[in-house]
Amino acid sequence: MNNKQSWIDQRFPLTKVINEHLAEYYTPRNFNFWYFFGGLAVVMLIMQLVTGIFLTMHYKPDAEYAFASVEYIMRDVEWGWFIRYMHSTGASAFFVIIYLHMMRALLYGSYKGPRELIWILGMVLYILLLAEAFMGYVLPWGQMSFWGAQVIISLFGSVPIVGPDLLVWILGDYAVGDATLNRFFSLHVVVIPLILVVLVFLHIVALHHVGSNNPDGIEIKKNKDADGIPKDGIPFHPYFTIKDSVVVVGFLWIFCAVVFYAPALNGYFLEAPNFIEANPLKTPEHIAPLWYLTPYYSVLRAIPPLFGSQFPGVLGMFAALGVFFLLPWLDRSPVKSIRYRSPIYKWILGAFVVSFIMLGWLGVQPVTPLYVLLARIFTTLYFSFFILMPWFSTLGKTKEVPERVTG
Amino acid sequence: MRIKLKLIVGLSVLLFSVNIFAASKVHLDHANTDIFDEASLQNGAKLFMNYCSGCHEISLMRYNRIAKDLNLTEEHVAKNLMFAGNKVGEAITTAMPEDGAAKWFGGVPPDLSLVSRSKGTDWIYTYLRSFYDDEERIFGVNNKVLVNASMPDILWSLRESQSEEEFDQSVLDITNFLDYVGEPAKLIRLKLGKWVLLFLGILFILAYMLKKEYWKDVKYGIWRPRD
Repeated sequence: MNNKQSWIDQRFPLTKVINEHLAEYYTPRNFNFWYFFGGLAVVMLIMQLVTGIFLTMHYKPDAEYAFASVEYIMRDVEWGWFIRYMHSTGASAFFVIIYLHMMRALLYGSYKGPRELIWILGMVLYILLLAEAFMGYVLPWGQMSFWGAQVIISLFGSVPIVGPDLLVWILGDYAVGDATLNRFFSLHVVVIPLILVVLVFLHIVALHHVGSNNPDGIEIKKNKDADGIPKDGIPFHPYFTIKDSVVVVGFLWIFCAVVFYAPALNGYFLEAPNFIEANPLKTPEHIAPLWYLTPYYSVLRAIPPLFGSQFPGVLGMFAALGVFFLLPWLDRSPVKSIRYRSPIYKWILGAFVVSFIMLGWLGVQPVTPLYVLLARIFTTLYFSFFILMPWFSTLGKTKEVPERVTG
Repeated sequence: MRIKLKLIVGLSVLLFSVNIFAASKVHLDHANTDIFDEASLQNGAKLFMNYCSGCHEISLMRYNRIAKDLNLTEEHVAKNLMFAGNKVGEAITTAMPEDGAAKWFGGVPPDLSLVSRSKGTDWIYTYLRSFYDDEERIFGVNNKVLVNASMPDILWSLRESQSEEEFDQSVLDITNFLDYVGEPAKLIRLKLGKWVLLFLGILFILAYMLKKEYWKDVKYGIWRPRD
């Protein structure tokens, strides 16, 4: 044994790990606003886990008691309202952060080689997070919890041949009920969080193996000094630990402004009908999923049924998610960053972002002929972005990428 | 960068200014409730217990919580507001039997604990002021907000004994009380919020100054790897 090492280092690679991931993890010095969100997502995950543990101590996963137990948390549990609002606001904040995190990848080509695996792990995380949030929203057992679940889960019934059996298998009953609530509780608090934590770990390990991308889309590892340290890199600790701390405090300011002054955020974070207990006999006049699911809900509604089956819409909805996985191989541009891409690419990416936002907006609107038409147009644009990418990503003149990072 | 930020801010303002659940087509009067108006809450509690609690429960609320939040003694609440319960720690339920309610009103009158959150204060304020005579209906009244409501115009005696302004104020007090009942924690969070934001604001400035100090190394290119 090496006697110069500390007792722990002789038995566990503590210093090595700290160096690899913090003190000697060289990070591009030109990170901007868009690079705030990876760290924030980790903070958010921890906040959801901690508040979730406390909620689980008081919540009752029983169709008879669930609704009242949430209000018990809001009223009788010490600081229960604060914990619950942190968790409910946290769910939406998590998605704001994740969408901006994904936008960063789109802007600077972070999904391109050698970071394909980081992107794929990230997409799996995103889909699991959607499932986690969807199941979590069922737990308060309000009208929207119940009917949202009813609408979304019934989609599985449209799968040819096995649909009806699949539906019963998922629900544990012939309709959304106590059995469904119980299994969603189990999945929401145990299974999915466990997988999320493991995948986040892998996502970060993969990132630290290849190194972070940056707003110029340059590989800083190609430019090393005599000591083998990237010339444009600075150690993550202390520079980015302190910078991210500022970001976290700034984020918490906005987050607490919502928690303390607008926890329902005008029906976007907590829907008004969800303050009425689930009633299987009374359908609400307008069922809308929470805002982070609505782009896909719009795609589902935009695709017309075939032979009286909703299945094409369901396929379309899952395809809208799944197509993201192919992004690293669809993009054939020689440059990564939007800064050096061709003008036409910038316009097309802009059109895609607008389509995604518009689909999200349409997803909370009632179905009218105009909105259906709009949803179809934006769904077409959405898919065109991916299908035509191998072609348009090579179009136009790209700018020359500098040797070293700028700014 | 600046343009993008502006775009994000602009989009969020647009998003938050439109209430997606404004489903009701009836015009609702704005209830100018103030949850910190203690006199209004106390009067609202009195009116609610006298006029509403005979049929409607607020079962998620306890008598002694009202005493604590509205600055009333538990004895006062027990003597003046507690008609159905026995102990001040109990939930506020109604003495009306459920099968009786179904027979008399065609349904059990809803629990109003969360009505201010599901329907909104404007709805309550307008609904209670929107009864009109209608001989077709069983109680001789109908309602403009909730058409064919099965509830009688329970506040009629109040309306007849009070001026229009006084009556509006009484309804506002009931609305205010129901707003409080919908979320008692609102009393805490609105008071506490500014201190939390002040604390985080100061912490932000200090953290930012610390970051500036550290990043001088990077700015002036004097950063060196450790030995």
